[in-house]
Amino acid sequence: MLRLKNINTYYGKVHALKNVSLHLAEGEIVTLIGANGAGKTTILNTISGMTPAAAGEVLFCRQPVTALPPDRIVKLGISQVPEGRQVFKPLSVEDNLELGAYLRYRSREGKAAIHKDMGQVFSLFPRLLERRHQLAGTMSGGEQQMLAIGRALMAKPRLLLLDEPSMGLAPLIVQEIFRVLNQLRRENGTTILLVEQNAKAALKLSDRGYVLETGKVILEGPSNELLENVEVKRAYLGKDKKEIWER
Amino acid sequence: MQFDQLLQYTLSGLSTGAIYALIGIGFSIIYNATGIINFAQGEFVMLGGMLTLFFLETLKLPLWAAIPCAVAASTAAGMLFERLAIRPLRRPTPINLVIITIGGSILIRGLAMLLWGKDTHSIPSFSGDDPIAVGGATILPQHLWIMGITLLIVAANKFYFYHTISGKAMRACSYNRRAAGLVGIDVRRMVLFSFIISSAMGSVAGIIVAPLTMTAYDVGVMLGLKGFCAAIIGGMSSGGATVVGGLLLGVLESLGAGLISSGYKDAIAFIVLLLILFVRPQGLFGKAQSERV
Repeated sequence: MLRLKNINTYYGKVHALKNVSLHLAEGEIVTLIGANGAGKTTILNTISGMTPAAAGEVLFCRQPVTALPPDRIVKLGISQVPEGRQVFKPLSVEDNLELGAYLRYRSREGKAAIHKDMGQVFSLFPRLLERRHQLAGTMSGGEQQMLAIGRALMAKPRLLLLDEPSMGLAPLIVQEIFRVLNQLRRENGTTILLVEQNAKAALKLSDRGYVLETGKVILEGPSNELLENVEVKRAYLGKDKKEIWER
Repeated sequence: MQFDQLLQYTLSGLSTGAIYALIGIGFSIIYNATGIINFAQGEFVMLGGMLTLFFLETLKLPLWAAIPCAVAASTAAGMLFERLAIRPLRRPTPINLVIITIGGSILIRGLAMLLWGKDTHSIPSFSGDDPIAVGGATILPQHLWIMGITLLIVAANKFYFYHTISGKAMRACSYNRRAAGLVGIDVRRMVLFSFIISSAMGSVAGIIVAPLTMTAYDVGVMLGLKGFCAAIIGGMSSGGATVVGGLLLGVLESLGAGLISSGYKDAIAFIVLLLILFVRPQGLFGKAQSERV
């Protein structure tokens, strides 16, 4: 469904992505793991058109989408949940969700369909329903994360890009968010590309994973294999060295 | 000091204040959507008045037709300004943008002078000049027009920004540009929209005030600065706070001119501007920035 071919991206003189290639099949959940600055967020921004690639190609459903502006990408069915939630803080929960469907309003899609989808978001995250009239900025981090995901879902994406959804959240909330992601895949067949610091939880949820280091893909494979991989364990899963030596 | 006199100053102050408020809201809308202080805002006020005159006298249209034509033409000028001067910038930094809008304002003023000369002109009042008694004071019908139209525009604005998807999208751009882009809002389109709304509002302000104060190629300078002042008092809000700012400024000016000396009229606006910037840069009603993350 999504294929990145030899993507190279620069921030000024910094070579942020070096010949990155990856792919997602329809209905898959794929995790990107790697240290800070490895290029995970840059990959998502390259796909969503926020940081266009200097070289290489992004294909979505076999169509090249490399140089398209962000609004065209959203229209094609790719929505990004940005790092740090980035909800519209002075707007209400409901307004935030409506804006998620901005392009659907623009293309004169009926209000009924959009409201139905809002109902669906509320049933995924009942917490948002309770707070629908509250200003987004006054909610807790977890609630803002739910809102950020809900807002992205309002665009009816076929591919959802999530950047660090568990960052700074209590374990219980993280569980709930991961449960919803699983549910989305199961019920809507949404394809998900997940960037996570919480590598263990992310790999348990996903089908496959890519490991990035300083802008390069250094390892890829099914998630259960990555979970067992010694290198990955040492670097990202926080197992201590001793245990690995003893095996 | 008589009460009647005070009432008179206050009433005329309120109606000039309403004009400042309209111009100030124009500043705020563009500022909120783009981060630009559009110093050419005053020129659209001037264009409103001068174009009405042009349609009225040169093309011999009746007043009711000349006004919408003038608003449409000024709005088109605002769009053109955004397209030609703002959008082509590849790396817009605030200082570049400020200089560009100042340059644009000088250009527009110069063109107006070449086209229409340096003379001061007047536009007929919308519905006669018979004074209306209010308590011990009198006002002109044009004052009522100014208040009514301002009220209508402020209400329409409020509706647009709080109850339509396009207005909410414009607010979203001002709160979080990146996130706005990610939900598919074309930020550049919203910038253009903000210029359209502001230039339309500015030109309306210029038209409704012209029967009282006359109009000329250079009225935009002072009116623009007064509007800017109103926006600063209102903390760059595009709603009530700026309206209050404008009205406050209008009344202060009018009281100052009446009670102290009319020579100080303009000085008062700038003293207020400086005081606000020194003491409460977030605006008279603004809270200091703080939010939960």
